Amino acid sequence: MWLLNYTSKKDCAVHSNRYTFLFAAGISVITAILLAFASQGLKPLQDANLALDTKTSILRAIRLDGLERAAIEKTYTEQVKELVINSSGAEISGVSAASIVLKDELKKPLEARRLPLYLFTDNANKKYYIMPLRGTGLWGPIWGYLALESDFNTVYGTYFDHKSETPGLGAEISEKPFQEQFQGKKIMSDDNHFVSVHVVKIAAKFDLGPEHRVDGISGGTITSNGTDHMLKLCLEPYLAYFKKIALPNPN
Amino acid sequence: MSVETTIAAPEVKKEGLFSKKNRKVLTDPLDDINPITVQILGVCSALAVTTQVKPAIIMALGVTVVTAFSSLIIALIRDAIPGRIRMIVQLVIVALLVTLVDQLLKAYMFDVSKKLSVFVGLIITNCIVMGRLEAFAMAQKPWPAFLDGIGNGLGYGLILVIVGAVREFFGSGSLLGFKLIPQWMYDMGYVNNGLMMLPPAALFIIGLFIWWQRSRNPKLVNVS
Repeated sequence: MWLLNYTSKKDCAVHSNRYTFLFAAGISVITAILLAFASQGLKPLQDANLALDTKTSILRAIRLDGLERAAIEKTYTEQVKELVINSSGAEISGVSAASIVLKDELKKPLEARRLPLYLFTDNANKKYYIMPLRGTGLWGPIWGYLALESDFNTVYGTYFDHKSETPGLGAEISEKPFQEQFQGKKIMSDDNHFVSVHVVKIAAKFDLGPEHRVDGISGGTITSNGTDHMLKLCLEPYLAYFKKIALPNPN
Repeated sequence: MSVETTIAAPEVKKEGLFSKKNRKVLTDPLDDINPITVQILGVCSALAVTTQVKPAIIMALGVTVVTAFSSLIIALIRDAIPGRIRMIVQLVIVALLVTLVDQLLKAYMFDVSKKLSVFVGLIITNCIVMGRLEAFAMAQKPWPAFLDGIGNGLGYGLILVIVGAVREFFGSGSLLGFKLIPQWMYDMGYVNNGLMMLPPAALFIIGLFIWWQRSRNPKLVNVS
């Protein structure tokens, strides 16, 4: 309020340089302090929200949606097991899946990559393998999770999200109708080669069977292609591990 | 009117909180001085966020809150702001508010903040916020400035929702995500208008709206 008194004389229309500098410095310091306090004070809550968001997304990939906060925490701690593996199929111990930043891992060469894997066991003791995905859309990153059934072939469910795709076009990947298309699709060909699930236009010519394709988004071609690419790139490194654990017990 | 004046704080102003003048400040931006169609401010975001109604509503709420409170703060300190750096001061206040709101949403309403993520940056750069600070709040008492902020936010929101509704209906066959055009229409050969999903469609709709508004409202003839 002292500022008001300082300049309440209406005749000083142009403020002095000294005053201008002081005012600029003052308002910078005040806003900086406010923001610093807000950012630091709210950080624990924001981090908790982020962690919960990851768990929510993982559970959405196995068709568990609309759970309350407490239910998400409970289901996750009781039924999800976090693993970290490498691309030759070995488990890496001593690393928590939550601490791995997928963006950084994808920059590494394939052999050095650490791959988080989430193993969900449902009440009937059926196992689902959930893999994180990350790629690029039109305007920014896109990411998601894909859950495979224990045959390591059939897609049980997916969840995609994006940072800044266009609403109504690319952003449709985060909507249920797009994601539900993936349910029941296969990632392996009949002769047991990895072919992934492709996101392609209805009209496009496609050599593989309908169990390997989902419809792309009209008007969202670049995001659709990004999703297609992301699936192929992020799923393939897990195959070695699946082969390894599938061998001793064919179930 | 007389009832309203008695409620008003008597020591500062003689006029009531919702006197005729103040109500005009609030309602004028809805039509006569609409920020988008008459002041031609904030058109860029009107192209970007109107492919669907829902983001349009979220954006309109965000801009309303930010314009109202930044107008209030600027009007409170308007006499202290040095003239030569006033724009920077306005920008600092706007950025401060937007960032604070963003942080609070991330902490307490995470779902809303996820939906808003793209728009937060757009709010800071929205010409309406700075335009109203410069044109109105710098020279007005805090309360009218606050009302002006709300009025302009709502006027902006009105156009956004209209444009969003037209684009979503013709572009996706739905409103607020609910399918309105039945499947048998598509089966008979109806196709969604792809142009409606692209930014130029918003320009056409806003242009048509301006045409209609000016032909109806004689006050706007020869106003540029």
